[in-house]
Amino acid sequence: MRISLFVPCFIDSLYPNVAMSMVRILERLGHTVEVPESQTCCGQPPFNSGYWDEARSVASHQLKAFADADVIVSGSGSCGAMMKVFYPELFHDHPEEAAAKSISSKTWEFSEFLVNKLGVRDLGSKFEGRATFHDGCHGLRELGTKQAPRELLRHVKGLELVEMSEAETCCGFGGTFAVKYPQISTAMAEVKCNAICETKADYVISNDSSCLMQIGGWLDRNIGSVKCLHLAEVLDTP
Amino acid sequence: MNAPQNDRDAVLGRIREALRIPAPLHHPAERSAGGEPTTAHFREWLPPVGPTPDERLALFTQLSETLRSELILCDSAATAASHVARLASENSWKTLGLHRGELTSAMEPHFPADLERLWVDEGYDKDALEASDAGLTECELLVAQTGSVCVTGPSSGGRVLSVLPPHHLVVARRSQLVTDLTEAYASLAAKYRGQYPSMISFITGPSRTGDIERILVLGAHGPKRLTILLLP
Amino acid sequence: MSALSSPPKDQFLQDADRTTGDSPRRDAVRKALHNYQSARNRTGATFTDWKAARAAAATIKHEAVNHLDQYLEEFERQFTARGGKVFWASNSQQARDYILNLAKARNVRAIVKSKAMTGEEIHLNEALVAAGFGVVESDLGEFIQQLKGEAPYHFVFPCMHLRRDEISDLFNRELGTAKTDSPEELTMIARRVLRRTYVEADMGISGGNFIVAETGMISITENEGNARLTVGVPKIHVALVGIEKVVPRLADLALLLPMLATAGTGQHLTGYNSMYGGPRQPGENDGPEEFHVVLLDNHRTRLLADPEQRDALHCIRCGACLNVCPIFKNIGGHTYGTTYQGPIGSVITPHFRGLQDWKHLSGASSLCGACTETCPVGIDIHHHLLHNRRNAAAQKPAPGEGLLWKAFAVLMRRPALYKLATKFAPLGSMLHPLIQGTAVDPVIAWTATRDFPEAARKSFRTQFKAHQAAKQQGGVR
Repeated sequence: MRISLFVPCFIDSLYPNVAMSMVRILERLGHTVEVPESQTCCGQPPFNSGYWDEARSVASHQLKAFADADVIVSGSGSCGAMMKVFYPELFHDHPEEAAAKSISSKTWEFSEFLVNKLGVRDLGSKFEGRATFHDGCHGLRELGTKQAPRELLRHVKGLELVEMSEAETCCGFGGTFAVKYPQISTAMAEVKCNAICETKADYVISNDSSCLMQIGGWLDRNIGSVKCLHLAEVLDTP
Repeated sequence: MNAPQNDRDAVLGRIREALRIPAPLHHPAERSAGGEPTTAHFREWLPPVGPTPDERLALFTQLSETLRSELILCDSAATAASHVARLASENSWKTLGLHRGELTSAMEPHFPADLERLWVDEGYDKDALEASDAGLTECELLVAQTGSVCVTGPSSGGRVLSVLPPHHLVVARRSQLVTDLTEAYASLAAKYRGQYPSMISFITGPSRTGDIERILVLGAHGPKRLTILLLP
Repeated sequence: MSALSSPPKDQFLQDADRTTGDSPRRDAVRKALHNYQSARNRTGATFTDWKAARAAAATIKHEAVNHLDQYLEEFERQFTARGGKVFWASNSQQARDYILNLAKARNVRAIVKSKAMTGEEIHLNEALVAAGFGVVESDLGEFIQQLKGEAPYHFVFPCMHLRRDEISDLFNRELGTAKTDSPEELTMIARRVLRRTYVEADMGISGGNFIVAETGMISITENEGNARLTVGVPKIHVALVGIEKVVPRLADLALLLPMLATAGTGQHLTGYNSMYGGPRQPGENDGPEEFHVVLLDNHRTRLLADPEQRDALHCIRCGACLNVCPIFKNIGGHTYGTTYQGPIGSVITPHFRGLQDWKHLSGASSLCGACTETCPVGIDIHHHLLHNRRNAAAQKPAPGEGLLWKAFAVLMRRPALYKLATKFAPLGSMLHPLIQGTAVDPVIAWTATRDFPEAARKSFRTQFKAHQAAKQQGGVR
């Protein structure tokens, strides 16, 4: 299968290893991975801030960048939800509505793609350690992703997965919310991270790097010993 | 101050103007042929209740326990009256509020002579009722699914008898136990045919509050105890 | 709460700073809310099909709200035929005036009130007290908040933020009762104080959870029995109810009452669910001589006129969205500065009280969607927060922000510029420690409390190019 990767800006510059892991995993499964050169951003930051004209302008560029994709896979549930769930609403009654709906139907969150599209559960990965999983809200509630990442992690040899008490509680990132309302965002991070620490896990794993930026930011400042990993990084351990 | 003008037409006008554009229904329910969700379906979604009278009673019994209602099975009105007498003696009741009904009137002759009766049927003194130790009423129905007692003015001595005294005693027959609220409403509709009493109240357990640190306290304003005397 | 000294947003930010810094209170509130949520999940699990029930509840409310005029008129017809009086109030002033005027005309001396958020909304108590009427809140939580001179913290659990020792001190100060650490004793103090009130009051004021069109009834849900007494003993009953509370049929309550109880408090059914159809009827031995229903618009029709957000009027005020909201859990109810707190309050308040003044509530959300997930009538709560943000920006872009997003869009539409910008990210990352935490730091809001990851030396695109080149050299595929 020809797979087009959507690599959001912050993964490109801050977490390149997440996207490289996705490339290696998909290639090992025998697929061709493309990264459309002209892709930039899905448009979620202006969209969530209420600036839908600007968001549409960015998203329209994204529609063109992925116009000839067969399937689009995203390493962030949040950016994936933008394309899958919010594009149809953003382009409702606009000339590009059909293109938006087409992109929406082709977009997959990484773990859902592996489990529900490719039917893969065991990647033969080996990873030693105790870990807990954070459900990114957009992945969980907009895309309905809950079991797929856990299914994949259960098959990782050496990995001990423990659920935390606040697995489905928001980490407090929320895009620009994190800097517009830093006191609330930080309080939410604290609640989340305390729940992570209670599990005595060495790692917190998520399928959304934006959440991990928030969780890691708070953990590194306040705890230091718990490491953040994207699901793809854990699975890319043959 | 003069009475303000009733803004009926203005409010209705704004409503009609607002509704000119239809709103989508995001979560359509399964609809019946008539285009309305039918109340018959409610039963398929709500907590299940067994089909037989015994199963209904078992659920009602179980819920009564959870709710801290006291359910007492009695074989006759005289037995029910003996329970009232026992409670009166245990709690040193002086006055019992009650109304005339088939069951209450059958019980009343068996009450201790020194238990003062406050009949509410022809009207009553609010202070006297407030000062009484318990209120004895009949009810319209009992609801198995929720462990509730349904009272109305005509069935239960008015609006207040079942809620003002600190102990509410209800006497009912087993045949009054219905499956759920749907059946209860259907039964009330059939009985009153549009001429409903001014109050229908589903009482589910004794009066309760959790307003202080979420700790359950019974008898916040209404009865601290609810005793259901169930006859065959 | 009524007189805000500073603009709502400044007040909100100040209060959020204070409340998020109060860890013990935050912990206690979170724990209490967590317990409500667990109870709700336990009871919800006993439903044969919660999702189908929820869809049906949404359908019933959709039917009612989208034919509001017809159902309200039907209610009025039925209720009036049973001797009730209906007053339609466009705004809070009219509603207050009607009730005040009635109290004066009937020589009312004492008023007892059961919980009504509409009363909070129109500041009814303040108006009654200013006109010389004594008014006592009879719901325990509301009674405590009234003594404290504080608005409800949560529209279902008004004093959930208070500890028993604080309530004991309050009673000691205001009522002269002995201090106690027993919630039971505290409740009994309130019971003793309030019992005489029911008997002495000549007017009882309530809210209403549902307006039943078919039978002309107001349905009131409560646990304590205080509403039963409030509308049962005094000779006049006034129910102040929002126009959106209507349901078509009495039997609809067979679904909505269990759902309200389950979602709100985790009960199968709330302690007392009572339907009142008119004053004392012929042949009845008690009940009020007069029953007035005040139907309150107060900008609900503004929300009704927005078809996109009209479903926000389906709300049955169960409070479930507050109980699961991570924002509410961390900032608490008073920070909102609104009658209706939490996610649903953030959606509707801008419609009721002005978008520009209250848009910050829609901004103060991570859009996690826990509210929408838990809502028993399927309101798209968190998406409406997005809609409010969009409407606010379209109406009046925030200073600087409009320009920022325009520039952002320009950058993101030009891949070459975008690539150039991301090339400089490592440089920015190297320079950042020099200004980190200082006033000139553009990301100070982030770095004050959280580390920011260093940019990778080689971006993904650079690495991917190398990967592709290596593959070609190695002749892979």
